[in-house]
Amino acid sequence: MSGLFFGLWPICRKEFTHIVRDPGTLFFALLLPLIQLFMFGYAVDTNVRQITTAVQDESKTQESREFVAKLAASDVFQVTEHVESDEALYGAIRAAKVRVGVKIPYDYARRLQSETTATVLVLVDGSDSTVAGQAVNGATGVALTASLARVVGSAAVIEVRPSVLYNPSTRSANFFVPGLIAVLLQVMIILLIALSLVRERERGTLEQLTMTPVKPLGLMVGKMIPYGALGFGELCVILAIMRWVFKVPIHGSWLLLLALSLPFLLTVLGLGLVISTKAKSQAEAFQLSMGTVLPSVFLSGYIFLTENMPLFFRGVSHIIPATYYIQILRGIILRGAGFGDLWQQALVLTLMGTAAILLAAWQFVRRQRG
Amino acid sequence: MTPVITADHMTLRFGQFTAVNDVSFSINKGELFGFLGPNGSGKTTIIKALCGLLTPTEGTGTILGMDIRKQAADIKQHVGYMSQKFGLYEDLTVEENLGFYAGVYGITGQAATKRIGEILDLTGLQPYLTRRVSQLSGGWKQRLALGCAIIHSPEVVFLDEPTAGIDPVARRSLWDLFFQLSGQGVTFFVTTHYMDEAERCGRVGYIYLSKLAALGTIAELQQLPQANPAGTARVQIEIADASSILGSLRTMPGVREATIFGRSIHALLAVDQIDAVKQKLPQAKIETVVPSLEDVFVTLTLDIMKKAGQ
Repeated sequence: MSGLFFGLWPICRKEFTHIVRDPGTLFFALLLPLIQLFMFGYAVDTNVRQITTAVQDESKTQESREFVAKLAASDVFQVTEHVESDEALYGAIRAAKVRVGVKIPYDYARRLQSETTATVLVLVDGSDSTVAGQAVNGATGVALTASLARVVGSAAVIEVRPSVLYNPSTRSANFFVPGLIAVLLQVMIILLIALSLVRERERGTLEQLTMTPVKPLGLMVGKMIPYGALGFGELCVILAIMRWVFKVPIHGSWLLLLALSLPFLLTVLGLGLVISTKAKSQAEAFQLSMGTVLPSVFLSGYIFLTENMPLFFRGVSHIIPATYYIQILRGIILRGAGFGDLWQQALVLTLMGTAAILLAAWQFVRRQRG
Repeated sequence: MTPVITADHMTLRFGQFTAVNDVSFSINKGELFGFLGPNGSGKTTIIKALCGLLTPTEGTGTILGMDIRKQAADIKQHVGYMSQKFGLYEDLTVEENLGFYAGVYGITGQAATKRIGEILDLTGLQPYLTRRVSQLSGGWKQRLALGCAIIHSPEVVFLDEPTAGIDPVARRSLWDLFFQLSGQGVTFFVTTHYMDEAERCGRVGYIYLSKLAALGTIAELQQLPQANPAGTARVQIEIADASSILGSLRTMPGVREATIFGRSIHALLAVDQIDAVKQKLPQAKIETVVPSLEDVFVTLTLDIMKKAGQ
């Protein structure tokens, strides 16, 4: 290949040889993401059930026991302790023996019978916001149902029947594993390609290459092909594990999923190249690569909804490639979305990737010229 | 004879720092040109400028008549470069390294096979063909690095401290290779720290504090007026206990420089003080000598430092 991409094929071939000769890197590249996939895939579960609960029942009446029984029957709470004083109730939460404390005052039954509002105090350990949210919802739900039942008689209670589309069992794996693919692929590819270029700089072979007719784009794209292929292979393995180990069904087209992964691969490869032109040492390249992980986890919509973020961070989420790829992944895997729904995301990623490669090539030339 | 490499009032500045200051020279076809100077004096910068990697702030240069400012891309096809870092891939074999560099110069297929064969004959690397570079000794790595640098049959070869850190036997055989190629018309530009290597070169340039301080054949440099200040004589003092005499010799009037050379002392003396020194060291055998290349460069350097200090 000549012109702008001169030197592409020799570089590409040489890079494949490097990969094959270095089993350590290959191991790191292929196995580590899989280990992480299993770790996170199994560990992360946001559906909170059976929250440990302490009950302080001062009322000790038929009505209060009924209420506690309803709490326990709700699947949200699991009554593990009965205490007799305020101190014991607070103490149990502070010591993290329970996450929720329920106090039923001595006048609970009397107030109910005299048709005034009865109160139940629910103390929630707020140190885990997910648990706290579920506990408050659960307790309110139980109380509401109980109240309605008293007012209208047990038969005619309104029951909300939510129907969750696309992920009907609201399994965490279905939600988290597709997003995890983006993060794992990104770390692996950015790190590998950045290290490969910085290594050449450290060993002086890059200096030698600058003396040859190899063009910056030939060097960059020549390096992208092998690491892109490696990333694509890894993607296939991860998808297979997702489908058959975590049993996440893919509702959309496999082919579209693989095809729309290419723009993301392009972008992270470009990002790795940009990092390699900035980093002075392998250690620095490693740090910079790792620095891209947290924003991609927290600001991409992987864990937290971008819609709820302050304006600034919502803006930031728009320049994070993982944001778009996670939309593509969840779209195809969970909702069965087609190309018509996702072409914008693919376009943005393609533009980002192209820009990153050009930036890297420009930086490379600039740096070379001292 | 048309010059192959020229530098024409070449100056390179990086911000406030002047790396190369108004350097001019011209090197002919088949010459083996030695370039000396301490670290940081601008040797590598000049090489990079001549290869078209850096653009001079002022002045210009040519390679085979091509302007380094305008024809940088063409120059690369005609120039070979080898640095002390080798530029080899340690995890690839000898054959793969040669094949790779042939590829990046656009040599493929039959032409590549033929040229790699020639390089193997020239460097004697044939027995190590399938060996990984990491398993080669320093001397063989150097020969391979040279082989990779000339894979595209360049007319001009830049060698940036090519023999740093290899043993004398390997060094000599590498120089034999340089001479062999130079005999075939390849022009060499070699930077080095070693005086004995410089003395092998047809002509030598000495760069100090970014300026070209001297340029010429060894004989011409030895005759330089700056190296032989008026009213002084370069003498060799043969004496039994040279190292213990050195200290007191340096304090004697009229002694400009004095240094140990093997078992004798080389000194630069004021002519009118020679007799006085002879009287103080009656047991010594004192005779005037031609300055060595090292003498020349030390005297030049001290001279420049003195002028810069004023």
